[in-house]
Amino acid sequence: MIEITNYCTISGNHISVNGQIDFVQDDSAMSFTDFIKAAYRNYKMDYPKFFKMDNLSKLAFIAAEVLLKDTGFLTRYQPEDIGILFQNGSSSLDSDLKHAASIKDKTNYFPSPAVFVYTLPNIMIGELCIRHKIKGENTLFIFPKFDTGFLYDIIDNSFATGKIQSCLGGWIECGNDNYQAFLF
Amino acid sequence: MGNSLKSEKMPEVYIAGNNMMTSLGFTTDENVENLKNDISGIRLCTDKNLYPTPFWASPLSTERLNDSFAGIADVTLFTRFEKMQILSLTEALKNSKVDVCDAKTLIILSSTKGNIDLLEETRQNYFSPERVYLWETAKRLAEFFGNPNRPLVISNACISGVLAIITGMRLIKAGKYENVIVTGGDILSEFVVSGFQSFQSLSQGPCQPFDAKRTGLNIGEGCGTIILTSNSSLVDDSCLIRVTGGHSSNDANHISGPSRTGDGLYLAIKGAMNEADILPENLDYVSAHGTATAYNDEMEAKALALAGLNHVPVNSLKSYFGHTLGAAGIIESVVCLYSLKQNILFNTKGYQEHGVSVDLNIIKKLTSAPVNSCLKMASGFGGCNAAVVFQKKIVS
Repeated sequence: MIEITNYCTISGNHISVNGQIDFVQDDSAMSFTDFIKAAYRNYKMDYPKFFKMDNLSKLAFIAAEVLLKDTGFLTRYQPEDIGILFQNGSSSLDSDLKHAASIKDKTNYFPSPAVFVYTLPNIMIGELCIRHKIKGENTLFIFPKFDTGFLYDIIDNSFATGKIQSCLGGWIECGNDNYQAFLF
Repeated sequence: MGNSLKSEKMPEVYIAGNNMMTSLGFTTDENVENLKNDISGIRLCTDKNLYPTPFWASPLSTERLNDSFAGIADVTLFTRFEKMQILSLTEALKNSKVDVCDAKTLIILSSTKGNIDLLEETRQNYFSPERVYLWETAKRLAEFFGNPNRPLVISNACISGVLAIITGMRLIKAGKYENVIVTGGDILSEFVVSGFQSFQSLSQGPCQPFDAKRTGLNIGEGCGTIILTSNSSLVDDSCLIRVTGGHSSNDANHISGPSRTGDGLYLAIKGAMNEADILPENLDYVSAHGTATAYNDEMEAKALALAGLNHVPVNSLKSYFGHTLGAAGIIESVVCLYSLKQNILFNTKGYQEHGVSVDLNIIKKLTSAPVNSCLKMASGFGGCNAAVVFQKKIVS
C-alpha cells in the first residue's frame, strides 16, 4: 500500500503543508512572480539558480523545498530508487509564449537558450532532480485536470514492480494567470 | 498489494502493428527501403517562415501530407500535427488486428510540442486556441478513431517516445488494458528551429553521429505508431516480438547538457535489461539516441561502456531522418522491429572517423546478422534518460 507521508499545496498566494497554512500573502493582487519570490525569501532559501528558472520550475522548486524541509526523507533512499511522477495541464505554455514572442518580429528576432530550454515541461523535474539528487524514474503526463486516481495507479505500479521505493508525485500547473501545485 | 501483483503471472506484451512517417516515406516499408539504399531525407531548408537563414533539416512533404490526408478527411479541419498523427495511426491499424474502438484499447500520445505552430497569430484564425493543449489534441485523436478511453499524453522532451512505449507496456502488464496504441510526433516549426539555433546545436550539414567531425543535430519532422497487445492472436505476423523491459532515469546534473559520465543513462539501461532478464552478452543490437551533438554521443558511449555493451553492434538513425523529438523513440523503435524481423542491421550514415572516447562497435554498412534482441535508448533535456528492450519470442 502506498503511504503519503507529507503533502504541500500552493495556490492563490498561500502555501500549506499537510493541510496547515504555512505561508500566506494577503495582497490578492500580488502576481505569481512576486509571490513565489516572497516565498523563497520567507523560507530563507539559498539557491541562486532559482532566479534563472521559469515560473513552472519555480513553483515546483518551492513546493518541493517546503515539502521536504527538515524531513531528511530522501536521505533514506538511494538516488536511483527515488522517482518523480508529475501531471500538468498546459505543459510549458507560460515559457512557450515568451519564446514565441521573441521570434514574432523578424526585425527584432531574439530567441534565447535561457528561455527556450524551459519550453519543455519536464525541465521542472530535471531541476528537482539536480536539487535533491534524485536519479530514479521520471515522467510527466499532460492531463486536462489533476487525476489522482491515474497518478495513484502509476505510482503504485512503479512501487509494485520494484522500479522505485520512494516518489515525489503531484500536479504542477502554471498556465494563463493561474497556478496550482499539489505535491506529495 | 505489491506482493499480490508479483505473484500473479503478468501478461506478455507483443507488437501488433506499426508505422513510421518521415521525410523518407509515409510507410515503414518505404522508410526501410530508403535506409537500405543509404538515402537520407536531410536537406537544406530555405523556408523563411521556419528560420530567416537556410538550415539543414528533414521535413515531411506538405503536398504529400495533404494528398494522403484528403483520402481520409477534410484537410482544412485539421492541423499539420493532427494530420500526421491521424495518418500514422490509420496506417498502423491497417497492418494490425487490434480494434481501436474497443474499450480494452488505450491511446498514448507522445510529443514535445504538439500543435505549437498555433501560437502563431496567423493560424489562430483557423483553429481554436485550446488545440495548443496536448490533451485536447489527444482527445480529438481518440474521438476521430472512435476510441472510448481518455488518452494519455506524455511530454518528456526527447525521451517521450520511449517513455510512452514503457508506459504502454506497464499498463498492459498491470492488466489495465489489453491493447495500447502508442503514437507520437512533432512538426518542424519556427518555434523549435529558432530555439535549437539559439543553442547553436544545429549541424552545418547532414549530421554525423559518433563521428570525430560531428557538429550538431538536424531537426526532423515525423510521426510513429506502435501497437502493443497482450493478445498474441491479434498479431498478424509469424514473427512475434515482445517488449520485455523498460526504465527511465535522471542525470541530476544539468538541465540542458547531458551527464559527463553517462551514469544516468546507464541506470536506465540497467533497469531495462534487468526487467527483461537479459545479459549484456546476449544482446544483439543497440539503437542509440545518437543526436550527433558533441556531448550526447560522448555520454552515450560512456553509458554503453558502463553497461558492458560497447562490443554490441550500435547505430544512430538520426542521419537518415533527423531528430524527430517526441516521435524519435517510436520511429527508431519501428526500425528496431524491422531489424528484429528481417535480421538486418542498418549503418550509421555519416560516420567515418570514430569520435567518442570509448571504443564502440558502430555499424558501418548494411549487415545481415541474427537479431533476436535489441535495446533502444534515448536521452533529453532535463537530464532524462530512458531505455526499452525488444525481444523475439522464441517458439519452442
